[in-house]
Amino acid sequence: MKFLLVEDNQELARAICYRIESDGHVIDHAPKIRDALVFVEVGEYDLILLDVMLPDGDGRDFLRQHRAKNRATPVIVLTARSQVSDRISLLDLGADDYITKPFDHAELDARCRAVLRRKSGTAQPIKKLGDVAFNPIAGILTVSNIDVTLRNKELRLIETFMNAPGQIFSKQKLFDRLFSYSDDVSENAIEVYVGRLRKHLVGSQLRISTHRGLGYRLDHD
Amino acid sequence: MIEVGQISGSLRKRLIITLIGGGAVLAVLIYLIVRTYATQIAQQGQDSILGASVTSILDAANLRKGDIEIDFPYASFSMLKTASDDRIFYAIYQDDKFLSGYERLAKMNPKTGTGSTFGNTIFKGANVRLASASRTLVGEGLRTELSITVAQTRDSLNGTLNRIGQNVALFGAGFFLLVIILAFWATSAAIAPLAQLTSSITRRGPHDLSPVISPVPREMAPLVFSLNKLMGRLDQSLTRSEDFIAEAAHRVRTPLATVRSYAEAMLQRVEKEENRRAMRSMIRAVDESSRAAGQLLDHAMITFRVDNLDWRTVNLSELVTDLVIRLTPIAEMRDVQIKLEAGEAIQVSADVILIQNAIRNLIDNALKYAPQESVVDIVIVANPRPEISIKDEGTGFPNEEMHILANRFERGSNSESITGSGLGLTIAQEVAEAHGGRLSLSNQVKGGACVTFSF
Repeated sequence: MKFLLVEDNQELARAICYRIESDGHVIDHAPKIRDALVFVEVGEYDLILLDVMLPDGDGRDFLRQHRAKNRATPVIVLTARSQVSDRISLLDLGADDYITKPFDHAELDARCRAVLRRKSGTAQPIKKLGDVAFNPIAGILTVSNIDVTLRNKELRLIETFMNAPGQIFSKQKLFDRLFSYSDDVSENAIEVYVGRLRKHLVGSQLRISTHRGLGYRLDHD
Repeated sequence: MIEVGQISGSLRKRLIITLIGGGAVLAVLIYLIVRTYATQIAQQGQDSILGASVTSILDAANLRKGDIEIDFPYASFSMLKTASDDRIFYAIYQDDKFLSGYERLAKMNPKTGTGSTFGNTIFKGANVRLASASRTLVGEGLRTELSITVAQTRDSLNGTLNRIGQNVALFGAGFFLLVIILAFWATSAAIAPLAQLTSSITRRGPHDLSPVISPVPREMAPLVFSLNKLMGRLDQSLTRSEDFIAEAAHRVRTPLATVRSYAEAMLQRVEKEENRRAMRSMIRAVDESSRAAGQLLDHAMITFRVDNLDWRTVNLSELVTDLVIRLTPIAEMRDVQIKLEAGEAIQVSADVILIQNAIRNLIDNALKYAPQESVVDIVIVANPRPEISIKDEGTGFPNEEMHILANRFERGSNSESITGSGLGLTIAQEVAEAHGGRLSLSNQVKGGACVTFSF
């Protein structure tokens, strides 16, 4: 997936880019509306993350221009304003969703997934590794031609593994990826989800190996 | 709450009374003037006949051999004949000496040669009009003054005057009636623009503070001008407050977002368990303060709107369905499933923004307290009254705290591990009460909290 982030706050932008890249996506960052307009002119994006207050104008203006050109790229607005009426007007302007800053990356991820699921229809990307196919948007794992719908945490876990097969992920890293900071669970909860994934992968060429003291790795026979 | 200022009288009543009072005075004046004028004319008629009668008698007088001889012309009395058979009296004096006629008929002293003199008197119990004239007769060394008075009762004249009086009174009454009708019509016409202005302002929604632009009569222009200025100021202060709330949220949250992103980035690099815990607490504190800021401002906005609800007809099922779609990603994050049972369309009259805010807070709460991979049930019923129930499979409300949880900043004793500001239920409760409904908290028998928002 290819994302465009329009955000003037450098730190926030860096954090968002880091998270999205580590989910295996490509992301371009435009700090101003002017840059964003150039980016969408040149490249094709699957999703635009748009801040409302930008140094050279209002994100809503960008949204209006974007929609006026009949571009269907879904847009999720990042807003720090809190008024409900404000959010309604954003949706009226053609935003597909909004998220209030500061947000949890897990929430942004969930919202992106929901928007992409609504928007992309049949043209959904399928990742293949060995005899396993995975649709990250719909959250469907296909093992020996049987579809399994994954729960959100399982989905994020397999996505992390499939983006970097052969790499060892520490429990901590996986935990940060899977849980939001408001979840009050211990890092050992990871074992439960790894256990479930292993069950789904039974009979396939993929398996998750444990490396004591280091973490987990996805192996391809 | 609509407060009516002190009412001092009615413009309509005042106008009507003034117009009718003026009309009454005019009617009486018309009556008096026409009546007096008619009396004068009638009197002049009688006087001229009486005068002619007197003159004709005087003309018939002759001095013959020192005696006065009067041959009354027939016409001198017949000309006084009236329909009411008025009686006629006369008296003739020669040099103040009674000669003939009714002696007791008051004698007037007409000046010689100046025509007739007229007067009123009572004679034989009747009102009479008299005319006197005198003539100097000269002949055969004799010079004598002859005075004649002719009197006539006034029955016919009075009859005529009464008839005229009646007619004039009728005319006066008709005039008065017309004035009354005109007074009512003129008053309505004068007050109509005022009533129009009133209805055009009362028909507006509470958030319509645009100036009155429909044309008004010049006399009302200062009032409308002041009203427009007042509404402008009110609109400005409302917009300013709403802008302030939105801006405040922005100012508070943007730096929090930066802090959070730094902390998150740092957490990726930290490995020591102790430091990780600290970083995570920090991120949670940031989340908590941003949430609190948001809810405080939401609460401010709600307090602000509750005084002036923007009533619209809302389809409750649709509104909740929309909210559920918006909140599904949050539920998915924790693999919580939202089950919505919304029957057919349920129409309620409500302030959409407030209801959305309240219900979102309630569903948000349920999602926070629901355990991983559980179900949140939302049920909307229409009867006996519109109601939304939200049930989770969490630990429920602590029984002994149930009644205080909706208080401001009050949080359950079992909520330490969950970010929250303690304002969600307060907001929902205030919104419910503003809509004449209520918010009730309970625990389900099988466990888990149930919050019911009823209209």
